[in-house]
Amino acid sequence: MDLQAFLLTLKLATVTTAILLAICIPLAAWLVLGRARWLAVVEAAATLPLVLPPTVLGFFLLVLLGPRTAVGRGIAAAIGHPLAFSFDGLVVGSVIYSLPFALQPLVAGFSAIPASQLDAARLLGASPARIVRTILVPLAKPSLVAAIVLSFLHTVGEFGVVLMLGGDIPGATRTLSILLYNQVENFDYAAAMRTAGLLVVFSMVALILIYSRARTRLKPQGERSRA
Amino acid sequence: MPKPPVTTKPGLEFEIDARRGGFHLQVAGDFTDPWTVIFGPSGAGKSTLLRLLAGLDVGTLVRVALNGRVLSDDEQRIAVRPGKRQTGLVAQEPSLFPHLSVAENVGYGLDALGRAGRVRRVEEMLSLVGAAEFAGRRPQDLSGGQAQRVALARALAPAPLLLLLDEPFSALDGAASDALLERMQAWVTANRIQVVMATHDATDALALGAEVLLLEEGRKAAQGPAAQVLAAERTRLIERLGR
Repeated sequence: MDLQAFLLTLKLATVTTAILLAICIPLAAWLVLGRARWLAVVEAAATLPLVLPPTVLGFFLLVLLGPRTAVGRGIAAAIGHPLAFSFDGLVVGSVIYSLPFALQPLVAGFSAIPASQLDAARLLGASPARIVRTILVPLAKPSLVAAIVLSFLHTVGEFGVVLMLGGDIPGATRTLSILLYNQVENFDYAAAMRTAGLLVVFSMVALILIYSRARTRLKPQGERSRA
Repeated sequence: MPKPPVTTKPGLEFEIDARRGGFHLQVAGDFTDPWTVIFGPSGAGKSTLLRLLAGLDVGTLVRVALNGRVLSDDEQRIAVRPGKRQTGLVAQEPSLFPHLSVAENVGYGLDALGRAGRVRRVEEMLSLVGAAEFAGRRPQDLSGGQAQRVALARALAPAPLLLLLDEPFSALDGAASDALLERMQAWVTANRIQVVMATHDATDALALGAEVLLLEEGRKAAQGPAAQVLAAERTRLIERLGR
């Protein structure tokens, strides 16, 4: 097994998840608290990566971030190298690709909080930022956990975007799923089996951890532990 | 230099036109008494009116001024946001924050105060509503009546200029409600808080002896002293007791 690919995958998923939380908590709060009709357009755009084939997304990003566009040239000038075929490029791609997986649980969790409680906070003078910090996030903790795990695992399992945007550079863009693809192409089925097995076990363990947490929450009403 | 007394007309002035589906609320008022009751059957538009006064909802045309300060005026495109109107609202549902203790709930609107001041104010409010012994409890461990008391303390704590009450005592039994009402009346008078209370309970309205606005199907049916506006209700209540 390729340890480098494994560590790179974990790094990519961790960085992506952290960025997604920083984007999606305010974005979800805005979608839930805001009243403007055109917010539906924002929500639709944020859900688009869910329905687009990853290769389509990767292709658009490759073109956008490449030297043919002003955006791509601007970024290349700013950071010293083009974003495509670099780890930073993968992070950008992964953030967009996994955005719905972080956003949807948060929107669902925030929406489940009764509007009357948000009204009460508003009337007591709380700013939107304080409402997010003191009401939305603490009350939607299970959704926050779901958002973290789903975006992390979704990034771990990402393939199409990485292939289009990252290529196959060891230590920079060669993630586990790319490694697996290479191994199968080279008919190295034994190594491929190990890589695929690792991905399955890793994802399964993470999911078991969340679901067992969720089950203890549903259990007896008698004791209330403070987390 | 003292501020010139411009248009600091005391009291609450409003003019509201709002539609909710097939329901049309169209009412204007000018409340100068320290305690005014909006009386009407359920569905008359009492809650809608209070929410519009609090700035939580928008209508077709809304104009609200408190002590001469314009809080909402759709024509002038003024809409002071809920937390900046010095207006408190206790809704029918207590809507306490479930993850905070009773004391933390009451202290939520007291950010401007220092820590010591906050603790003192929370204690004062909780004893005012008779909930001092619940300070450390969670909202889910309170009865309906206890939760309503805490919600009242939370809205009163920041000392708003205007307090809107929407059937605030519905979960309290008669004696408890009367005692609380009496203490509250004294407190809001001492602190110069104007109260507007919506209720469909004629006894509350009559007990307060306050100015009453009778609201029926979104329109003002009458306005005046309780004994006068609710004369029919009063007769009905007495007759029922006499039987």
